[in-house]
Amino acid sequence: MLKKIRLTLAILFFAAIILLFLDFTGSIHALFGWMAKIQFLPALLALNVGVVVALVVLTLVLGRIYCSVICPLGVMQDVISWINSRKKNKRRRFSYSPAKNWLRYSVLALFAIALIAGVTSIAALIAPYSAFGRIANNLFAPIYGWGNNILAYFAERADSYAFYQTDVWLKSLPTLIIAVITFLVIATLAWRNGRTYCNTICPVGTVLGFLSKYSLFKLHIDANKCRSCSLCSKQCKASCIDFKNHTIDYSRCVDCMNCIDSCEFGAIYYGRSPKKKVNVATKNTTDTARRTFIISTVATAATATLNAQEKTVDGGLAVIQDKKASHRHTHLEPPGALSLKHFAQHCTACQLCVSVCPNGVLRPSTDLTRLMQPEMSYERGYCRPECNKCSQVCPAGAITPITVADKSATHIGHAVWISKNCIPLTDGQECGNCARHCPAGAIIMVPSDSSNPDSPKIPIINEERCIGCGACENLCPARPFSAIYVEGHEVHHEQ
Amino acid sequence: MENDKNISRRRFLKTLGAASATITATSLIGCSNENEGQAPTTGSTGEMTYRTNRHTGDRVSLLGFGMMRLPSLSGRSAREGNDGIDQEMVNQMVDYALEHGVNYFDTSPAYCQGMSETATGIALSRHPRDKYFIATKLSNFAKSTWPREKSIEMYHNSLKALQVDYIDYMLLHSVGNGGMEEFENRYIKNGILEFLLEERTAGRIRNLGFSFHGDIAVFDNLLAQNDKYKWDFVQIQMNYIDWENAKDINERNANAKYLYDELEKRNIQAIIMEPLLGGRLSNLPNNIMARLKQRDAEKSVASWAFRFAGTYSNVLTVLSGMTRMEHLQDNLNTYSPLQPLSEDDITFLQETATLMLQYPTIPCNDCKYCMPCPYGIDIPAILLHYNKCLNEGNVIANPQNDKYQEARRIYLIGYDRSVPKLRQASHCIGCNQCSPHCPQRINIPNELHRIDAYVEQLKQNIEYS
Repeated sequence: MLKKIRLTLAILFFAAIILLFLDFTGSIHALFGWMAKIQFLPALLALNVGVVVALVVLTLVLGRIYCSVICPLGVMQDVISWINSRKKNKRRRFSYSPAKNWLRYSVLALFAIALIAGVTSIAALIAPYSAFGRIANNLFAPIYGWGNNILAYFAERADSYAFYQTDVWLKSLPTLIIAVITFLVIATLAWRNGRTYCNTICPVGTVLGFLSKYSLFKLHIDANKCRSCSLCSKQCKASCIDFKNHTIDYSRCVDCMNCIDSCEFGAIYYGRSPKKKVNVATKNTTDTARRTFIISTVATAATATLNAQEKTVDGGLAVIQDKKASHRHTHLEPPGALSLKHFAQHCTACQLCVSVCPNGVLRPSTDLTRLMQPEMSYERGYCRPECNKCSQVCPAGAITPITVADKSATHIGHAVWISKNCIPLTDGQECGNCARHCPAGAIIMVPSDSSNPDSPKIPIINEERCIGCGACENLCPARPFSAIYVEGHEVHHEQ
Repeated sequence: MENDKNISRRRFLKTLGAASATITATSLIGCSNENEGQAPTTGSTGEMTYRTNRHTGDRVSLLGFGMMRLPSLSGRSAREGNDGIDQEMVNQMVDYALEHGVNYFDTSPAYCQGMSETATGIALSRHPRDKYFIATKLSNFAKSTWPREKSIEMYHNSLKALQVDYIDYMLLHSVGNGGMEEFENRYIKNGILEFLLEERTAGRIRNLGFSFHGDIAVFDNLLAQNDKYKWDFVQIQMNYIDWENAKDINERNANAKYLYDELEKRNIQAIIMEPLLGGRLSNLPNNIMARLKQRDAEKSVASWAFRFAGTYSNVLTVLSGMTRMEHLQDNLNTYSPLQPLSEDDITFLQETATLMLQYPTIPCNDCKYCMPCPYGIDIPAILLHYNKCLNEGNVIANPQNDKYQEARRIYLIGYDRSVPKLRQASHCIGCNQCSPHCPQRINIPNELHRIDAYVEQLKQNIEYS
């Protein structure tokens, strides 16, 4: 019964959270957005005291059920492990092993130091929610997107507007590679030994494990009923049941309740602690080597501006070169991030904002110090005035909630003009597309030669008005490099 | 030469009968009982209506095959995208057209990204030369083709691509755009018109004329000099909208009635282009479509436009740019034979035209003369999507409207489907290189910026509606 309740809740949470990452329309967030916000690390970074206290209390009362129900990475491992268990000879493949506490606590210490020092990219590598977000965003979301596009393809032919095409694009190769490695490592560990990651590496697991040693409700083995048949140990994916000594390592038990059903003699029960001492043992674990692949995607290409050719025949489409990201001295974070520092300190690199950004603006950074934390760039789209989705979904308070109205007054950067790319000067064509689309009215077209009012008009930028949304950069006809691009501000400001 | 062209119908039908033995299309021309006996030049039933060229005696089918909208391999018109012409389909349609009496084929060196003449040549060269008339044009629009030798090279290329040693109908392409000045540059100063007149004398051009769009001064000027040039025909845009309402759409336009009357006065036969306004007269708003269907439920909406153009007796042939076999079959139905409109019918169509003018559609006929846009914008696709939504009642600017949400979704999703993001109106820089090419004289950048502003409004209204 307890197992069924655990399973039902876990499936609900897992399905909802994975949908958060898959749903590019952002409509699921209204219903289930809170599920991301009750994740331990994001809540901690968001200084969301209520949630952190609630999770601590929950663990102190019921044990590590957070790991079995709320944590999507934990449930994902259970799913993988369960698939392997369906093979007859693999059902009872686990066995008790002592905890490797020195590893757990040193990883936790390293994690804490990284967080305090602000090297969040290291923290993001090992944090469970970040790892899951990375996997969901990089591996599952594209499949979902392609699936949607197939439906959209048929919808279009059926003249239905139920589905529409979405862009599936490689946002960052290093992040994709890290996501693949994370998935392979965690999946392999789960396939073979169940919850190894949770009980040796996961910093949240270590903290909650420490707390759950003192929890009110726990699993207990009634030594009088136990016949030492070892069935419970063999089915314990946390490898924490020492059937010989009738003890359970509560720092590793995730309260999955599988053992209750496994015991044929009713010797295991969930309840208040009898007065008994708990032995904490040590165990061997696999050391998971993680390698960070850093691939510099420095795009260097000749600046070939599109030249207007004389038209001799009718029809056809001119080839459009892809835009290349401008090199920004100061990177861009979305409105609501307050400052680059605030953002870097709070972001868990879970990729949720990247998943929901409808304009192709957010993508994981490839910069070493901010690896996988999102940043903005405008070659695929720009930060549109009606959108504040990233601020709505961020569970960690890195992008604080901001209204559409406030957003339009928040300066996250300013536009910079590059004369050598500007079409009126290179092609001699009238343009002004940047000025036409500037939502802040920060761009004015003026004659390039102030003494000649008929000279080609070029944009001048009022930096005081510019909010850094990137409409000008994205809609600039110069390719591959725009003639106007946005430099970020270290600290965002209003008005 | 003239006798060669004057095919006897009996002989023609004989050849045709043999060729069509395996084709099960008799049903398509089987509207024999409906003939009201009013067709001006044909009394028989189930057969194509023909008109006689008063200069050469050519018996020209009333339906002319326009080779501007040929099918591409992806199934759309070959002026779109960058994939090639579906030659097999072109061959099949040309064969079918010939079998059913069509004998006039109109192409240009500019059509289908310059591939139309070659495709036409391939399809027609499989048939005897005396079974079809070829019309092509001197499409020396680009400044680089204005010098004499370049224009002559274009003419010789046409002969080569079409695999023929004479052209039946040669046109100065779209005179009027750019006014008299451009006309002088393209045809007079370089001596090209003189050259073409010589070619006519030599018999390598059997009929010389021009197609007209734009500045009426050029039209009047060329007709005034008819004694000098002796135009064999003139190609004009004529349909029931442009007949008396062309000026309501764009005051710089000329009403087709004026053009037609001027030609008739001078005994010059008219060839009709845009009888269907690029499909705008077949894809109508629902209430107008219903109006036409109520008058005659069995006739296609397009057939009204073709019957209108064919009813006027000074019309030599009516061109239709047919992309799909269904277009060809429907048009064959309409003209085999033509049932001329009654006075009542014409009044009815005039009323229909007035109704249509209440829809502020953009008068784009999807001719793609504006393309390719050097900055990659898909101009006709943007305008057509706007027109489509407008006709279907899905252009709603007021968020308070009950249908606003649905219309917004249809407009925006449909926009992304019809036009890739990078080719949408937001990328139009307003360089205005397109507008001079537009035969309908649309101020293209203005329209694109207007549509962009509307799209922007739709996108931003998401929070407030």
